[in-house]
Amino acid sequence: MSGSPLRTGAPSGWRFWLLDPAPASRGQARLGRWYRAWLAFRRNGLAMTGLIIVAALVLAAIFAPILADHELAFHQVLEERLQDLSWLHPFGTDELGRDIYARVIFGSRVTLTIVGLVSIIVVPVGLAIGLPSGYFGGWIDAVLMRITDIFLAFPRLVLALAFAASLGPGIENAVIAISLTAWPPYARLARAETITRRNAEFIEAAQLQGASSLRILFTQIVPLCLPSVIIRLTLDMSGIILTAAGLGFLGLGAQPPMPEWGAMVSTGRQFLIDQWWVATIPGTAIFIVSLGFNLLGDGLRDVADSRSA
Amino acid sequence: MTEAPLLSVRNLRVVYPGDDGDFRAVRNVTFNLGRERLGIVGESGSGKSTTGRAIMGLIAKPGRVEADQLRLGDTDLMKLDEKGFRKLRGKRIAMVLQDPKFSLDPVMSVGKQIAETHRQHFGSDAKTARKAALEMLESVHIRDPERVYNQYPHQVSGGMGQRIMIAMMLIAGPDVLIADEPTSALDVSVQSQVLAIMDEMVRSRGMGLILISHNLHLVSTFCDRILVMYAGQIVEICDAGKLNEAQHPYTKGLLAALPELGHRRNELPQLQRDPTWLVDLPAAVGADT
Amino acid sequence: MIRVENVSVTYGHGASLVRAARNVSLHIPEGDALGLVGESGSGKSTVMRAVAGLIPHAEGRIFINGQEMPNKRPRETRKIAQMVFQDPYGSLHPNQTVDQTLAAPIAIHGLGNAEQRIITGLTEVGLGREHRFRYPHQLSGGQRQRVAIARALILEPKVLLLDEPTSALDVSVQAEILNLLTRLRRERGLTMLMVSHDLAVIAHICDRIGVMSRGELLEMTTATAMADGAVTHPYSQQLLRANRGFDPSSIDIDA
Repeated sequence: MSGSPLRTGAPSGWRFWLLDPAPASRGQARLGRWYRAWLAFRRNGLAMTGLIIVAALVLAAIFAPILADHELAFHQVLEERLQDLSWLHPFGTDELGRDIYARVIFGSRVTLTIVGLVSIIVVPVGLAIGLPSGYFGGWIDAVLMRITDIFLAFPRLVLALAFAASLGPGIENAVIAISLTAWPPYARLARAETITRRNAEFIEAAQLQGASSLRILFTQIVPLCLPSVIIRLTLDMSGIILTAAGLGFLGLGAQPPMPEWGAMVSTGRQFLIDQWWVATIPGTAIFIVSLGFNLLGDGLRDVADSRSA
Repeated sequence: MTEAPLLSVRNLRVVYPGDDGDFRAVRNVTFNLGRERLGIVGESGSGKSTTGRAIMGLIAKPGRVEADQLRLGDTDLMKLDEKGFRKLRGKRIAMVLQDPKFSLDPVMSVGKQIAETHRQHFGSDAKTARKAALEMLESVHIRDPERVYNQYPHQVSGGMGQRIMIAMMLIAGPDVLIADEPTSALDVSVQSQVLAIMDEMVRSRGMGLILISHNLHLVSTFCDRILVMYAGQIVEICDAGKLNEAQHPYTKGLLAALPELGHRRNELPQLQRDPTWLVDLPAAVGADT
Repeated sequence: MIRVENVSVTYGHGASLVRAARNVSLHIPEGDALGLVGESGSGKSTVMRAVAGLIPHAEGRIFINGQEMPNKRPRETRKIAQMVFQDPYGSLHPNQTVDQTLAAPIAIHGLGNAEQRIITGLTEVGLGREHRFRYPHQLSGGQRQRVAIARALILEPKVLLLDEPTSALDVSVQAEILNLLTRLRRERGLTMLMVSHDLAVIAHICDRIGVMSRGELLEMTTATAMADGAVTHPYSQQLLRANRGFDPSSIDIDA
């Protein structure tokens, strides 16, 4: 490909195909778009760090049986309880003799499950309430927003606690409890985005063509709201993890012997002075993963901002 | 030219590195600005706004500004860092942009903002600054300066906002004013008024004015000299009155493509872009002018 | 083809009442092109949008092709009049390729044969296969406006409404788009209503010109009359003068 006098140093090969300014199919166009976004994201060091951490979490969850011994994580060996860090037990053992490293690895599955389930509940619910609210306005907006306000009025942890306490302990109930308290900001965000966009000319053009409101909402407005909702979600992840940890800490989330990190911190409290690793290691895991999601979310927001700028 | 130029630009280049390679937004730009009204005309992507911003030191990273010479009076602009530019802006060179609403602080009254500019450059006290601001508002032909002083940016119309911007930008007495599409967002009748004010201010203070615009017709009736830019380069320099004698095919094509009231042609002659226009011009057009 | 009777549009109430259009009446015979010219706030865009059916609370009556248009337009009536918006950057959805933008009206009205219609539509406005799967930000302003025109024409309307179609475009691109519009009008026998603040552009496309200010239609004249300066209303004279360029002697500088 020859360069024009205005441009120097153009790419070649498959990168050239992706960056082709004249894509020949919808697929190529879409892939090209993702690739450019990826290039922008890659430039941000902190964002990449976040991505690596989150990727490590996912990989740890998927490959847990390979990375750690299932036996060690669940089998109680009381003779080896509260052992210090060693080659055999890199993170020591807990009060029931279980290897903490293995429990942290398997605990990543629990964390990921909670975070994943909450996400797929919260985003559709938030959109379903926020979009009609913003698009139609009027009494629909008033009613939906008052419902949202009611949920927002309670501090998240307190409300989650109340739900979890009434629903009973267990990981599924913890997910429901967290979701019930986490959706309002997404409804608000979706509503705000919709209000901003609903007077855009391309929306008017769609109306002019006779598109129904439903069609406009689904095909035109949802794609515009999705980026900020997803970014908000990644930034919220740390909060969700901490709420889950909080519930676990209070005994309302995952039940023993599940290696949920928050529960591990809770039981490790009593040993904090002499056997610091029992509480601190899972606590550090919570910290790192939360930080990872935060950095990832920041990076995504930077990419989204630069594209809309 | 017997007098030393207010602004001297030699071989200005602005480059933006990117995923697809380096993009040369401005290249081989050479011109001098005296006490005159110079128009820079071009279409979008011609590099005209980038040129103005490069002179003001407003090109953000990763963009790079390079030049053989870029002098404002005695000051070498290539040697300045951001701190140096900040001292310069407003005091020796100023810029008026298209939409005053983007340049004005929405939570402060416009009069106060003008006064603040005065204080920033002269270290004056509040009373002196206010007086200076009111005088400036009068000089841009605002009939009731006291009332307008207390208004907020969202309360003033487009034309009024531009007058306020001009007042704010000129209060510290710069030598050069760069106006980047100052009237594009205004109605035609208001455009003339704002241009008339700029004209009066520039003449009475002996300043140099660079008017950047896409509107060839406007520039030809308002400015003394015109630079035509295409793909980052200057392709033509001529006196405003002599546009019909333009040499470069791009300028001629542009003039021909304009619809004219009273001269209806069935088909407007479309500009045929010649790829040779993109090639770097060998000798800088307009050197020593 | 188009008949507007006593259309008025009001926004707000009480102290913030704005009469965007006051009792505007006009008519456009089939195949003609009428231009509305005026400054911002003149109501020219409002009248056009009322004709397009984008203002549900407009008062007065609007007839297109003999049929009275209710304020809430049923889907079928949408096919008869389509609009090209001013801002090529805002009238296309940023996340949809050209292909998707053109496919949408076809799907909405169940027209079928999408592939052929899209390809023909693109060729008709001077775009090619290489543009079909691009996103708006990968197109120039002129190309986007061509897509907007293609989108408007894909439903084969009889009436084309043009809201400052070239104001946001460069001069060279403007010429191309104006030529395209002239050609399309001739080939398809379109009736056009165009709005602009640029007298030269309006006079190029339209035979008759309506001068508007503050919501009122002040004068209906022709392109030739404008060119000769044979306009009666003082505001029209003022517009003509301002269009001539910068003339320090004729400016009232005070504000």
